[in-house]
Amino acid sequence: MKKTLSMLLAGAMLATALAGCGNSGGETTPPADGGEAGGTSAAAFKLGGTGPLTGENAIYGQAAKHGAEIAVEEINAAGGDIQFELRYEDDESDAEKAVNAYNTLKDWGMQLSLGSVTSKPCEATSAETYSDRIFALTPSASSTATTEGKDNMFQMCFIDPAQGVMAADKIADKKLGTKIAIIYRNDDVYSSGIHDTFVTEAQSKGLEIVSDTTFTASSATDFNVQLADAKDKGADLVFLPIYYQPASLILSQAKEMNYTPKFFGVDGMDGILTLENFDTSLAEGVMLLTPFNASATDDKAAGFVSKYQEKFGETPNQFAADGYDCVYAYKQALEAAGATPDMSASDLCDKMIEQFTSITFDGLTGTGATWGTDGAVTKDPAVVEIKDGVYVTM
Amino acid sequence: MTFLNHLISGVSLGSIYAIIALGYTMVYGIAKMLNFAHGDVIMVGGYMCFCATAYLGWPAWMGVVLAVVVCTALGVVIERLAYKPLRMAPALAVLITAIGVSYFLQNAALLIWSSNPKSFTSIISGEPIPLFGGRLSISRITIVAVLACVVIMAALSLFTGKTKMGTAMRAVSEDKGAAQLMGINVNTTISVTFAIGSGLAAIAGVLLCSAYPTLMPTTGAMPGIKAFTAAVFGGIGSIPGAFLGGVLLGLIETFSKAYISTQLSDAIVFAVLIVVLLVKPDGLLGKHVSEKV
Repeated sequence: MKKTLSMLLAGAMLATALAGCGNSGGETTPPADGGEAGGTSAAAFKLGGTGPLTGENAIYGQAAKHGAEIAVEEINAAGGDIQFELRYEDDESDAEKAVNAYNTLKDWGMQLSLGSVTSKPCEATSAETYSDRIFALTPSASSTATTEGKDNMFQMCFIDPAQGVMAADKIADKKLGTKIAIIYRNDDVYSSGIHDTFVTEAQSKGLEIVSDTTFTASSATDFNVQLADAKDKGADLVFLPIYYQPASLILSQAKEMNYTPKFFGVDGMDGILTLENFDTSLAEGVMLLTPFNASATDDKAAGFVSKYQEKFGETPNQFAADGYDCVYAYKQALEAAGATPDMSASDLCDKMIEQFTSITFDGLTGTGATWGTDGAVTKDPAVVEIKDGVYVTM
Repeated sequence: MTFLNHLISGVSLGSIYAIIALGYTMVYGIAKMLNFAHGDVIMVGGYMCFCATAYLGWPAWMGVVLAVVVCTALGVVIERLAYKPLRMAPALAVLITAIGVSYFLQNAALLIWSSNPKSFTSIISGEPIPLFGGRLSISRITIVAVLACVVIMAALSLFTGKTKMGTAMRAVSEDKGAAQLMGINVNTTISVTFAIGSGLAAIAGVLLCSAYPTLMPTTGAMPGIKAFTAAVFGGIGSIPGAFLGGVLLGLIETFSKAYISTQLSDAIVFAVLIVVLLVKPDGLLGKHVSEKV
């Protein structure tokens, strides 16, 4: 008892001692578990999703959740026939925790799923939604294994191989570079999936890959060797099919080495500008594939961005837009199917499979999006370049 | 030239491992316990310096001082609350407690600073220094890390070898009971050991985050494990051993990445460790102490 008390006191002491400087950053600590959003009217479709609301990939989970929240609020406020009740659970980007989070959602009575935000957890939860016959549309889990062999699993984002192909095409078409270096993370399906298709497509487009190096989760801090290899072999473009955090280290270490190639990233790079205390001048000139550009001027995107900024105090990234689009795609499909909230999850599942393979959806992340029976989406991404800390469409 | 480049980045990485390993080995050598929370004290040091410079706008040196002061205090508090009551407990209980403290610190950091990674501003600013007419460049933080490492190692060796407190530490390390009978305050001695170890962790944290400028609650975990490996490699308990082990580990990691495979570098590092331990079970500079029955 005395020991427990002393540990508690120690904890309290530590927290007060350290809290002083922690709070002045003007940010709020994300809640440990998923919150609920949207109205809880009697007849609403129960929409659930899992994502990393905490942990190193929290920025993606939070963004997708916030984006979906805005869409649900808009739809519920408009008061049409289709109303949603949204619930997100934290999976810390961990497959096992995602399944637990999914089970929580299932117990809650989820009728339609937003899958998981990141690839590995979504591969795990999609197996569950498949066997439970709950339709799932993930905002951003982009590996092929997510949808493979599952007729009721759809994606709002591009599949990884598609990103690799599109990146190689854009680089070749826009003549961004001829000697390419790649640095990818080989213990991550997202990164290695893009890498593999990029290599194949780059070769067929006549791009020369001079350096192809990797890292793993445990060696994701020191990139001197990889960059030195690229530099020695004269690479004029470094392709980074990785998330933004290691990418930020690569940018700063390249600068230390006086190595200034072009850097080209994929959608995982999205978020680099929101990294706290990051020197955005390091990202100057970095190009990335992203379906969503927050500085776009069309009404729909601008309206979403201003609402998001007002509510969450930051600029939405692509994951937020994907989350938002998922909810609207559901709305469109549910309307077309004439579905009602009293239908069972498996009935909804059949109707949604039918609808998603036939509808054309116009969202923030691309117009004229269509889905194949494999669940993969077809739409055209934009290549943006970071100039003065904002995305500029190339 | 490429070889020299890799040598520089290897030494840079190695000297950071070495500073962390010095803290590990110091605590192990004297208190005879593996302080697995060491890596997380490093993380706290990094956050302290980050808060001071980014939020409060303090100059970098004050950030380092704050980090050292807070971590030293934290080390002493952890020792008092978590380890001291277990002084007579079996080694395994203390080890598990250390892992518990490690998780506690990580989760406390998660609550206070949230999980979003932060970009650390290096405490040493300035362009890299060109050598051989610009064909080679060496970053300033590398030079600082190597110097800090050598100075710390020399200072620790002198401290344990020449001062009264150092003598007391060596006595406690050899035999706690006998040391107490000779009038040495064992608890104070161990507290001082933790204070020094945690102060070193703060410096290591600041240097680690300056060289690889990213900061999250798990920042200290992996370098902590690698540095522990380095300490075992060099002979745990030995101060020059930790230095040697750290630098060698950094070099092996960098060279195997550069010349063999970036995919296999970790496997190679640990394969080398296994071979060394098979040949020399006490590590490179470890002393073999036979157990008295």
